[in-house]
Amino acid sequence: MSRPVPRRPEYQKINKDLFVLTYGALVAQLCKDYEKDEDVNKYLDKMGYGIGTRLVEDFLARSCVRRCHSYSEITDIIAQVAFKMYLGVTPSVTCNNASRNEFSLILDKNPLSEFVEELPAGRSSLCYCNLLCGIIRGALEMVHLAADVTFLQDRLKGDSVTEIGITFLKQPNEKKYRRRK
Amino acid sequence: MADEALFLLLHNEMVAGVYKSAEQGEVENGRCITKLENMGFRVGQGLIERFTKDTARFKDELDIMKFICKDFWTTVFKKQIDNLRTNHQGIYVLQDNKFRLLTQMSAGKQYLEHASKANFR
Repeated sequence: MSRPVPRRPEYQKINKDLFVLTYGALVAQLCKDYEKDEDVNKYLDKMGYGIGTRLVEDFLARSCVRRCHSYSEITDIIAQVAFKMYLGVTPSVTCNNASRNEFSLILDKNPLSEFVEELPAGRSSLCYCNLLCGIIRGALEMVHLAADVTFLQDRLKGDSVTEIGITFLKQPNEKKYRRRK
Repeated sequence: MADEALFLLLHNEMVAGVYKSAEQGEVENGRCITKLENMGFRVGQGLIERFTKDTARFKDELDIMKFICKDFWTTVFKKQIDNLRTNHQGIYVLQDNKFRLLTQMSAGKQYLEHASKANFR
């Protein structure tokens, strides 16, 4: 065939320092605006939710992942494909309970908090990377999966690793669909 | 290296958040733009500290502007400034024909009607 093979579009990368510093400036500004840690955490989660709902489309367009059949497959894809694509790290996945709907992503190195030495004084319950939780939650909701995403361990708070817990919630109208079939 | 899509979305959310707080009337419009500028200022300070660790001291203002237009802009936006004009009395105009943070919005016709509104503000 003489038709030239269409080249895959080049996906642009940006300077990692720029991204990490921008995130740091955002958190610093939020700490100035809100007195309570819970408010900052909530705002970061909300921002992350907005980002996640849009990011999932970019992810699905670029990664060509096949349809998943279990929660553990989904968590594996988040860890091995999505994190790798957007942050350049691959967290490890563990399953926390027997009913296989609670998982943990364990990050040895958190790229977002690369320049953070320690949390500021008086901000001990600040979840610095709460944006990540919001992103995962928003992305999952756009593919019709409700989940609770929180930080279980945080290196900045003295734990040895950073652990993000994902709890998949049962869809309320799942049974309805089954009956109709 | 981090991904551009993620940074663009983060930037969008930051601007939207600042815009929303302006709409709610908590602070005057000017202060919200200042918030965004302050965040940018912090980021710029951090970036310059890291980039100029090993470079020589700058001789004069023009040297600094050339560094910003070439090295700094290339490291941050992967391209150089397209046009630098000056009146040799302290005023410099930097022109970027394809600013990375805005290309997504300026590419199609979707936001064309709002673009002209932004100019007049």
